[in-house]
Amino acid sequence: MLYFVGLGLFDEKDVSVKGLEVIKNADKVYVEFYTSRLMGADKEKMENLYGREIHVLDRQEVEQDPWWLEEAKEMDIAFLTGGDTMVSTTHVDIRLRAMELGIETRLIHGASIVSAICGLTGLQNYRFGKAATIPHPYTSSRGNTIISETPYDTILRNRQLGLHTAVFLDIDMNKGYMTVNQGIELLLKIDEKRGQNLIKGSIAVGIANAGSEKPIVKADFAEYLESYDFGSPLHIVVIPADLHFVEAEALVKLADAPESILEEGEEN
Amino acid sequence: MGRRKKMVERVKALMSNPDMVRNIGIVAHIDHGKTTLSDNLLAGAGMISQDLAGRQLFMDSDEEEQERGITIDSANVSMVHEYDNNEYLINLIDTPGHVDFGGDVTRAMRAVDGAVVVIDAVEGTMPQTETVLRQALKEHVRPVLFINKVDRLINELQEGGQEMQMRLGKLIDLVNKLIKGMNEERYKAGWKVDATGGTVAFGSALYNWAISVPMMQKTGVSFNDVYEYCRNEDMKTLAEKCPLHEAVNDMVIRHLPSPIEAQEGRVGAIWHGDKTSEIGKSMKDADANGDIAFMVTDIAMDPHAGEVATGRLFSGSLTRGMEVNVSGTTAKNRIQQVGVFMGPERLEVEKIPAGNIAAVTGLKDAIVGSTVTTLEDMMPFESIQHASEPVVTVAVEAKHMKDLPKLVEVLRQVAKEDPTLQIKLDEETGEHLLAGMGELHLEVIGHRIQRDKGVEITTTPPIVVYRESVKSHAGPVEGKSPNRHNRFYIEIEPLDPEIIKLIKDGEISMRMPELERRELLMNAGMSKEGAKGLVDIYESNIFLDMTKGIQYLNETMELILEGFTEVMKEGPLAREPCMGVKVKLMDAKLHEDAVHRGPAQVIPASRQAIQAAMLLAEDVLFEPYQKVFIQVPQEQMGGATKEIQGRRGIIVNMTSEGDTTVIESKAPVSELFGFAGDIRSATEGRAMWSTEFAGFDSLPANMVAEIVNEIRERKGLKAGVPQPEDFLSM
Ligand SMILES: Nc1nc2c(ncn2[C@@H]2O[C@H](COP(=O)(O)OP(=O)(O)O)[C@@H](O)[C@H]2O)c(=O)[nH]1
Ligand SMILES: C[S@@+](CC[C@H](N)C(=O)[O-])C[C@H]1O[C@@H](n2cnc3c(N)ncnc32)[C@H](O)[C@@H]1O
Ligand SMILES: [Mg+2]
Repeated sequence: MLYFVGLGLFDEKDVSVKGLEVIKNADKVYVEFYTSRLMGADKEKMENLYGREIHVLDRQEVEQDPWWLEEAKEMDIAFLTGGDTMVSTTHVDIRLRAMELGIETRLIHGASIVSAICGLTGLQNYRFGKAATIPHPYTSSRGNTIISETPYDTILRNRQLGLHTAVFLDIDMNKGYMTVNQGIELLLKIDEKRGQNLIKGSIAVGIANAGSEKPIVKADFAEYLESYDFGSPLHIVVIPADLHFVEAEALVKLADAPESILEEGEEN
Repeated sequence: MGRRKKMVERVKALMSNPDMVRNIGIVAHIDHGKTTLSDNLLAGAGMISQDLAGRQLFMDSDEEEQERGITIDSANVSMVHEYDNNEYLINLIDTPGHVDFGGDVTRAMRAVDGAVVVIDAVEGTMPQTETVLRQALKEHVRPVLFINKVDRLINELQEGGQEMQMRLGKLIDLVNKLIKGMNEERYKAGWKVDATGGTVAFGSALYNWAISVPMMQKTGVSFNDVYEYCRNEDMKTLAEKCPLHEAVNDMVIRHLPSPIEAQEGRVGAIWHGDKTSEIGKSMKDADANGDIAFMVTDIAMDPHAGEVATGRLFSGSLTRGMEVNVSGTTAKNRIQQVGVFMGPERLEVEKIPAGNIAAVTGLKDAIVGSTVTTLEDMMPFESIQHASEPVVTVAVEAKHMKDLPKLVEVLRQVAKEDPTLQIKLDEETGEHLLAGMGELHLEVIGHRIQRDKGVEITTTPPIVVYRESVKSHAGPVEGKSPNRHNRFYIEIEPLDPEIIKLIKDGEISMRMPELERRELLMNAGMSKEGAKGLVDIYESNIFLDMTKGIQYLNETMELILEGFTEVMKEGPLAREPCMGVKVKLMDAKLHEDAVHRGPAQVIPASRQAIQAAMLLAEDVLFEPYQKVFIQVPQEQMGGATKEIQGRRGIIVNMTSEGDTTVIESKAPVSELFGFAGDIRSATEGRAMWSTEFAGFDSLPANMVAEIVNEIRERKGLKAGVPQPEDFLSM
């Protein structure tokens, strides 16, 4: 049996009781840290609480060569990820592979950043459109640098439909965790390149360390967020579309948004 | 004023007036007398002393060259010559004649507007003569002819005056036939050589005399007089009456174009930007007030000044302190010194206007072939095409561990100076691999590293660099990304020879305007969709995007092409470079989110699909061949032919003249290692021979597995000939 266990948002204690039981009873426990990460915990703290030794898998061992899958034919294997396993990951592929191998699978859900942002900002989950990730710019061996414009296009299309956009920020082995500041900077660059004002002058929300005791949630005009100090990662950005009046009020009270957005809310 | 000071003033004045400048190269088959000619021209013009010329081989400034008696680097010199009561500045580039150094000829041609083609009257046109002539025409460089060693016709071959005239006439006809065959358009535009027109001179570079029809008129010395002087062994008087430098330099000034006249045509051949743009117009007119457009054709280390970049200034004026952009890099470079050549010296000046050959320091990011400009977004000059490609590798190691960092630096340096060298670090073994154009080329580089750069090294015996290519069509083959959320569908087929030719000749590139490129491709037989879909050319391989309207594909393409480039650098069979492969992307399925189709996903997917598809398309190894020309006395002919036949070689043609036989043959490079020594012993040292790159041919089928395994073992790769499944194991 292969268990997919979502660990929740911030530290080792965010796992559900059910999840904890599965981990304790499993024959072997694997974890992957490249799609998300519990910033308030490390391997040791997790092992102490779970009372189990855990093996960290690198990306290659999850995607290209999941040698450990075979073990689930005979044993109970727990595969752990931050947040909820299947949210904004490609892990469904592992589940499908396991099924091909005749392995039974089960999901133990965890709290996800996708729902956390609704709670922290007061933005209504009904009103979110497609999500997107801003990747770190990449310079190819051919010497060209690509800045993906997909997140920008996603925001644009959501906005046209009156929908908010959750913007995940890239985690890269070498380039590190992208910050709100870097993410906003990249979006503003595309604004400039296209001669548009999609991001500049509109409200954006930056969130850091959701699930911790002191998450930072700050809404402001995007260009001001570029230099706002959000502290340590993980960070995420939300670009709201036009706001329902309750959302506007919540952003002011929960995320210290400029009060001027209240008036705009009334006009709409 | 001192003599030197006067000369400085003259050179400075002349270079400021491009009408009075000629930029020329001297090209020839090896040993036909380029260096002797250049030296004696220089001495005749008073730029070096008469005693030095001929003996010291001034142009062969590298010790290595003087020892071996061959010219390795193109040296740059200039001279002042008076014609029709006006003074002119002639910038002269000497070029190497050995096939192993073919790359230098190409870049020298980039800097000049005219070429003096030197041919040995006894040997006539040789393969290298054709190569360099072709190169000149391609770069829109106008030729004149100097037939050298005429003394030998009279004194060695004992030819009569009549016979000699016939021979010279025939040689001129042959050169014209070559020009016509290589570039009919230019031929029709009047680019032929013609004795009565004054574009042919003949004489003896060694004995310092030359004659041409205009020279006969000027001096009153007739053909018969020349003949008699030689006969009577009085070439000294002849040299006084008809000095070599006068005949040749008069011809150069009268018949080769000034930069002002030449640049329109030259720029048309080497630059594919918008001709009506500011910079386009400025280059056409060699406008000294325009933006800078400077093409680097040579980089050398100067013990005092450091790295000196020499090249041709097509537009603007170079001055000290100027900030410039170097193509292919983003940082600005600041020009430190600017100089022109005076004789063999570099002369620092305040300002050099367009049309000149300039030497500058401070361009730390420039490499040979760089475009240097004051503009932010100038379309660079076409990259320099080399007549031959790297076909031989040696591994280099520092003798002393402590020298390793220095070796790395030195290798970087030699590669910068010689763009035909390729340097690679073998990650597995930690060895530095040096790929060049032949055994001799690498030997020379090895010596240079030890002697000039002071790093003691050991090198392995040379190894042939093979090529991988495909014989048939395969696909679509599906490539999956590691996360299996992206798929790419790849087809492979051999690239049509006409298209390969377009690429190799530098006729098409990704730089030129798309419509122009499309048209050329379609004229060469490519379908309209194919021509439209061309997104990358790597060496002689191309990548076509045959898909339509796939969302996000544009920002993914760079990654797909990175996979393509990787495979073209190291093919699936034995990680040897690929040639003549056409890769087509037929379809792609992409993940919605950009991080799930990033480099870690797309590059391997693209790479593996191409690798598997190539193996399915009958990937084979091609090996480099060389033409081998041997001149040998009748008695030793047997020994010589045996040497060729014993090396999987074939005799293409055999002709005899008097007692000598000329053997034209072709053999694989892998079999030619050590040929120099073996032919010497086989013919008692009486064979004269030369080689020329002859392209690639497929390895005999029964040798493929063996060679593949040999290469794989050497590179530390898994044993066995790879199968398509190896790349589709996901
Ligand atoms: N008899 C004779 N020998 C010449 C003449 N010009 C050059 N040589 C000889 O030909 C050989 C090759 O000359 P070199 O200038 O090094 O040729 P390069 O390889 O084209 O640079 C040398 O031994 C020269 O002395 C000439 O006009 N007459
Ligand atoms: C690829 S997503 C994976 C989401 C995870 N599976 C989940 O359900 O929460 C990871 C990204 O979400 C954001 N993120 C995840 N956890 C976060 C947290 N606790 N606080 C802020 N951002 C977080 C970061 O931008 C991070 O790069
Ligand atoms: Mg020479």
